[in-house]
Amino acid sequence: MRLSNNQIARIVELCLLAGEIMIKSGAETSRVEDTMMRIAASFGVPEAQSFVIPTGIIFSSNREDRAKLVRVAERSTDLEKVSIVNSISRQISNGELTVEEALTKLKKVAKADLSYPLWLQILCAALASGCFLIMFQGVWRDFIPAMIAGGIGHMLFIYLHKYIKVKFFAEGVSSLAIGLLAALAIYSGFGTNIDTIIISSVMPLVPGLLITNAVRDLMDGHLMSALAKGADAFLTALAIGSGIAVVVAFI
Amino acid sequence: MAVIIQQLVTSYIASAAFGLLFNVPRKQLLQGGLSGMLGWIFYFLLAQYGMNAELASIFASIMIGGIGQAFAKVYKQPVIVFNVSGIIPLVPGGLAYDAMRHFVSNDYNIAIQLAAKAFLISGGIAAGLVVSEVFTRIIVQSRLKKVEAAKPGSIFKRQ
Repeated sequence: MRLSNNQIARIVELCLLAGEIMIKSGAETSRVEDTMMRIAASFGVPEAQSFVIPTGIIFSSNREDRAKLVRVAERSTDLEKVSIVNSISRQISNGELTVEEALTKLKKVAKADLSYPLWLQILCAALASGCFLIMFQGVWRDFIPAMIAGGIGHMLFIYLHKYIKVKFFAEGVSSLAIGLLAALAIYSGFGTNIDTIIISSVMPLVPGLLITNAVRDLMDGHLMSALAKGADAFLTALAIGSGIAVVVAFI
Repeated sequence: MAVIIQQLVTSYIASAAFGLLFNVPRKQLLQGGLSGMLGWIFYFLLAQYGMNAELASIFASIMIGGIGQAFAKVYKQPVIVFNVSGIIPLVPGGLAYDAMRHFVSNDYNIAIQLAAKAFLISGGIAAGLVVSEVFTRIIVQSRLKKVEAAKPGSIFKRQ
């Protein structure tokens, strides 16, 4: 069966939407390409070409056709969306969904806000900071200061990122606040060791996922994505470092 | 023993809480916490018995990768869902902080040393994950060859 041009255009649209959601949600590059190719292949477009970098996708249904481009401006980590797109693509591979059904489903996913409530996120950041303190050989007395610094730091990051949109700045200011809170805890006598408090409270901001994804992409042969993600991670680390450095320099 | 229990509990909570920050699906939070806990305690014990941090990180992340692959197979989720919360405790945040602290106090020699170590550890974590993925692929591939030799397209079953 030969597909009409219109059908091919819909399939390409579907693949691009799936890829866009996955990149925006922080999936690995190889998974994004793999998912797009699989969707295309199961709808009868076996020779599709895709080129994925963190800031955009280029996709073409075959070698003669014109390529389509999607620009991705902002990325975050939302693994629930990755998992949903994954299961939709699985259903497509099993032949359970038509192109139109899959498109409606994906459009719904793209619009949905699946994140956990804000208070829960902040609570978890605080809890994680406290637990990291113990894991890094801190003493239980510093648990509460680390929780407070980590929670407030993460809250500040979320709000600043929402209103200012410059991630670098938001990270720098939040880590500065964390440093100040830790110093305050030491001077007021609540805390004992400023180093462990700061390390464990900045952990929610540390780009651990980005670094690991960057190296993974490098090993998979996605050199462009790896460099882009590495640069992103480096910038984040620099922002955190300079925020803390301001505090450390004055102690 | 008390130290180990303390580490087990805190690393479980920290990994699961991190999973929530990354918006891991609700049901997978607990499994992510488990993978983080096992990986961290393995690393912790290796480091306690004097293995250097880079090697210990590689071994622990191979284990986390293996757990993640197994979970991905059982629960039909992308493997990144489990690996993200698993590796978070291993990320060398403390080392990076120390490096930065020495940079600020103009102590560049030690700062570069620490930064290189932090870089090697994060490379090691990723390498460990890749190693376990490659192993899983080899195992799945050899098993699939026996079961369905007729379907060439499905050798690399998605995790």
